[in-house]
Order: sequence, then structure tokens, then C-alpha cells
Amino acid sequence: MKVLSRVALGALVAAGFATSASAATLDDIKKKGHVQCGVSQGLPGFSNTDDSGKWTGIDVDLCRAVAAAVFGDATKVKFTPLSAKERFTALQSGEVDILSRNTTWTMGRDTALGLNFAGVNYYDGQGFMVPKKLNVKSALELGGASVCTNTGTTTELNVADYFRSNNMKYEVVAFEKADEVVAAYDAGRCDVYTTDRSGLAAQRLKLSKADDHVVLPEIISKEPLGPVVRQGDDQWFNIVKWTHFAMVNAEEMGVSKANHAEMMKSANPGIKRLLGTEGDFGSKLGLGNDWASSVISQVGNYGEVYEANVGPNTPLKLARGSNALWTKGGLQYAPPVR
Amino acid sequence: MSSNTTEAFVRTDFLPQQTAPVSEHGIVGWVMKNLFSSPLNILQTLVGIGLLYLIITPLFRFGITNAVWEGADRTACAIDHVGACWAMVKAKFPQYMYFQYPIDERWRVDLVGLVGLVLLIPMLIPFVPLKKTNAILLLVIYPVFAFILLYGGWFGLPIVETPVWGGLMVTLVIAVVGIVASLPLGILFALGRRSDMPLVRSVSIAFIEFWRGIPLITVLFMSSVLLPLFLPEGVTFDKLLRALIGVALFSSAYMAETIRGGLQAIPKGQYEGAQALGLSYWKMMNLIVLPQAIKHVIPGIVNSFIALFKDTTLVLIIGMFDLLGAIQTSFTDPKWATETQDETGYLFAALIFWVFCFAMSRYSIFMENKLHTGHKR
Repeated sequence: MKVLSRVALGALVAAGFATSASAATLDDIKKKGHVQCGVSQGLPGFSNTDDSGKWTGIDVDLCRAVAAAVFGDATKVKFTPLSAKERFTALQSGEVDILSRNTTWTMGRDTALGLNFAGVNYYDGQGFMVPKKLNVKSALELGGASVCTNTGTTTELNVADYFRSNNMKYEVVAFEKADEVVAAYDAGRCDVYTTDRSGLAAQRLKLSKADDHVVLPEIISKEPLGPVVRQGDDQWFNIVKWTHFAMVNAEEMGVSKANHAEMMKSANPGIKRLLGTEGDFGSKLGLGNDWASSVISQVGNYGEVYEANVGPNTPLKLARGSNALWTKGGLQYAPPVR
Repeated sequence: MSSNTTEAFVRTDFLPQQTAPVSEHGIVGWVMKNLFSSPLNILQTLVGIGLLYLIITPLFRFGITNAVWEGADRTACAIDHVGACWAMVKAKFPQYMYFQYPIDERWRVDLVGLVGLVLLIPMLIPFVPLKKTNAILLLVIYPVFAFILLYGGWFGLPIVETPVWGGLMVTLVIAVVGIVASLPLGILFALGRRSDMPLVRSVSIAFIEFWRGIPLITVLFMSSVLLPLFLPEGVTFDKLLRALIGVALFSSAYMAETIRGGLQAIPKGQYEGAQALGLSYWKMMNLIVLPQAIKHVIPGIVNSFIALFKDTTLVLIIGMFDLLGAIQTSFTDPKWATETQDETGYLFAALIFWVFCFAMSRYSIFMENKLHTGHKR
């Protein structure tokens, strides 16, 4: 009896995993009527709640864009806030359809977890912040400095590598939580604060005098952040990948939320293919031909999303930098729609 | 008795009564008697005043003097030596109360709260009549009413799924369900544990010791992570409901032990007297034993309620946003990111929790005095 129930339970669990891994995600999503999107529990500019309690941010907008592509309605998306620990399990078990949670694309994650990264919607990297009064212009002048950082993260290891490879001495002042690190830096217990540059921009706002601090130009690690889907469902993988590409292509061709209506009448063949007035690229994804058109009219192109959530006009004031289009010296590059 | 004896003074009438010397009555008298009666007392008073000064001045400066009350975004609070950024709390207040509950449907939450108050207040005031009707309305009809209104699905109300519930609303839902369920369950298990029937006794002991043996955080984790693995694919069990059941069972185990303490304080003669009168077991318990036992342990019961109310914040770790969760989530909004963003939010959370817990505590003291029949010393 005991053995029997254990076998039954094992079979049940196995069956559960098997179905969630191989089923056509798109059909499931269409059946339930919404995209289930895993986001972070709160990261300024990427996924945070606004005054009315709604989720906003660059990661959130990607999910809304996918919903617009699938349903033609960007509101048909539900968000599951996930901690760093539970995020991959939630995706593997089918609790979420897409993980858009500032997740760094690494080889280990891409190959070993049964997951696929569907692109990079933000190129991040570890940077340094120093008080202006130290008059430091480059990270190479930081020899002998005390560095505030989080314990037990890759951040700490990256600093060690960077200082050692440049033959500089330094002293680590490490804390468990980001809040403690910021408080220590603000109190002057260390000269330098290091974390991902998007994080620096967010934490800078919590300093007593934000304008007295400056972020140095050096980037000492690669942190490509992007949406993740389950391995083994290429159709869904393509939809997420091309939703991001459509937003990048739209910015490159100058199609935006604002001028979407007039662009629908454009004679430019590239724009016509993107917006679905020519060709049937949407149907090959399993979607309507107006998939990209819905994304742009309801969510906007990549540049608009960037500007609205993290750009220079937001409190975060992050310059485009690596996230500019390839035509403007950045890394955002999308294959053409043809 | 001649007139030349005037050098000897004899008072013929009473002096009018004088008030006690200033050092013996009124504020000064009270201060002299209670604060400065002996050198040790004087020292204690001075140290006490010093400590109060050290605590209250910075708090006052932070919360009142340097606080920012009005503003549209972080620029209002991003100034030198800023105190609490109450402008943020003002902007985020609806979020703290309802979290992501749809704005157009929030009247439903308000209505549930209002009806709850209207039913609860007469219940709490001893001299208001019709307690029985009131209790049925509050404990039987009201939960159904609250569920229909909050969740929707009937009478054309759109369904609002529990993942968007949050804020103070969820804190209260969990706390109230936990409190209302734990008292009767706790009484049953306390009686069960003292029962003569071996099966009932062992089930009660097993239940109580199981739930008291694991931390609430583990209960919540198990209910949200482990339980879905045992359910067939596609069968989902609402997260809030799972948390509610976990919290209710957990707190009823504690409640059972509190009430068992009260039962042990009842002398054996009370049981024997009741039995001699020919009362059945339930009548004996209802009429003789429990009224006395529960009265003894009111402080313990309220203690459990207050602990339960504060423990609801643990649902944060299973991805539900109660009051504290909603407040913490707002810390990541760059629109309001300032030096004192976190401090302001936590101060506000502390204030709200304190108001509720203090109210419960005061009411329990009132009930203790009301039911006081000479057993207290």
C-alpha cells in the first residue's frame, strides 16, 4: 500500500513535469487567456510597482509586448513576482510562461537548466561609484581604496579579479544586504561602491546627496539581461525572441507608439513587412500578421520603453550606452524581418 | 468671666478648612510623591527623562519637524536633512491598503470593511442587546457576504483573483480568519487533550504537538511549495486559501494550549458539582467549566491574537503582499527613491500595526475587568 502510493506519486510528479515541458506553450496560453510572466519582486526601472500598484519597468513591458503579440492586447498578462532563488524552478515547473526578471545570460544557465535565453533586453555590467570630492576620473586610479559591496555575490569576485589584474591594492567592506551597503557608503565607511550599473543608478537616489557622487566609466563585467523560456518549445521561444527584435527593429526604422497610425500607411517595404501590411510573417510564428503592429501601438518600440522606464528623463537617468542601437554605437541589433 | 482676661486667647470657632500644602496635592504633590520622594527615586526620574529625551527628540524631528508632507515625487523629499517622506505614504496609501486590487472594484473592499465594523462594534459593547442575532450575522452570514463581495463571481460582480489582493486588506483577512477559526478549534483540541477517550486524546495531542513543533514559516513554505507537487497537474489550490488554512491550524494549536492552561486552573469540585447536578459533558463544559476557564486566560488568548496578527507578515515569503509586503514593494519605485524612503515606510507600518495591537490589548483589559468576579488579585 505504502509502496503503491509512493509509485503513484512518483508517476504523478513525473507526468506533471513531462507535460509542462513538451506541451505547446502558445496553445496553453491561448486557452487560459493570458501570459503568465515571472518578474522580480522589485528592481527600480526593471519591475517595480507604481503609485497605483501596477507593475511597471523594462522587464514588465517586455511581457506586455509578448501579450500584445499573442492576443493583440497588452493587458492580457499576469505577473508573478519571483525571488532569485525560485525563478528558474517557477519557469521549469510551468508556473510562469516567460521569465523576464533581470536574469544574466550565462553559459551555465543556458546549457544546464533546460532553459533558453530569448535575447538581451538590457546590457548591464558592474561599475563603480565614488564621491565627487575624491576627484577620481577612472577606476584605474582606485588603488588602495576601500570598496563597499555585497557578500557572497559575483560582484565581490569581479572586484577581486579587476583589482588583481590591474595590480592594485584594495580593501573590501562587505555586507549582506544592499541597504546596508548603501548606508555604509553614505556614511563614508568606504571610498567606492560597486554593483551593476543599473543598480548603482537606483541606489544613488537613496544617498543623502545624490549629486555629490559619480559613476565611473569602466565596466568590469558582462551582465546581459534577458527573457528566458523553457527549452523544447521552439515556437514559443521564437515568439518571445521576435517580440524583442520587433521592438528593436521598430526603433531603428523610426516606428513608434506615437507615429504608429501614420506608419501603417508607409510605403517603406521594411516597415510594411514589420507592421504586417505586406507578407505573412506573423502567421509563421503562429500569430496574426498584425503581431508587431500591436506590440508597437500598445507598448512602444525599444527606445520608448527604455526612455519611459530607465532613460535620462526618469529618476534613474541611465544613458543608453551599450543599449543604444547598433547604428548609434550600441549593442542592440535585430535581424531584419524578411 | 470678665473682660480683663482678654490676654488669654481662646478660639471660639473652627478655622476654615485649608487645602493641603502644595507639596501634598495636585500635580506638584503627585510629582513629589511619585517622582522625587527619595534620592533613588530622583535619580531614576532623571535617568528616565534623559532616556525619553534621547528617544523622543530624534523621532519627533524625523517624523514631524523635518518631515515632508506634500509633494508629487522624489524631488520633494530629496533635500538636505530630510525627515520622514510622508508625501510618499500619501501617494502610495491606496496601494498600502489594497495593493493591486482593481481600482474600480475597491468600493467592495470598503463595503466589506464597513459592514464588518457595523457588526463588530455592537458585539464588543456588553450592554447592546440581541447578541445572539448579532453573532449569527457576524460569524455565519458575514463571511459569506465578505467572500462574495471580495472575490466576486455572483450578482454580476467581476471576479477579482487573490493574487492581486494585498495590502492591509490581506493582513486583515488572514488575521480575522485566523482569529475566528483558532478560538473554537483551540477549545475543541484543548478539551480533546484532556478527554478520557484514548483516540480523541491521541489525535488532539498529535495535532497540537505537530503544529507547535514546526515554525509558521515552514508551514507557509510547505503550503505553497510542497503541496502543489502532491496535487494532480492542473489542479490549483488558491495560494491565499492555503495560507489561511495553514495560519488557522497553526494558531489553533497554540490556542489549545492556552485554553488547556485555563482548564487546569478549575478545581475538581466544579466538575464534580456539575456532574452531581446531572449535567451532560457538553452542558458541564458550556455552563460551568469553560466560562471560568476562558475568563482566566483572556490575557493569554489576546496574546495569541496579537502574535497571530503580527505573524501575518510572514506571508510575504510565499509571494503574497500583505501590508508590510506592499510597503516594501514600494521601496523599489524610483519615482520616490530618497534617503528616508525605507525608514518612512517602516515607520508607517509600525504605526498601523501598533494601532491594531494596542486596540486589541486595551479591549482585553476592559473585558478582564468586566468579567472580574473576585478571582483576580
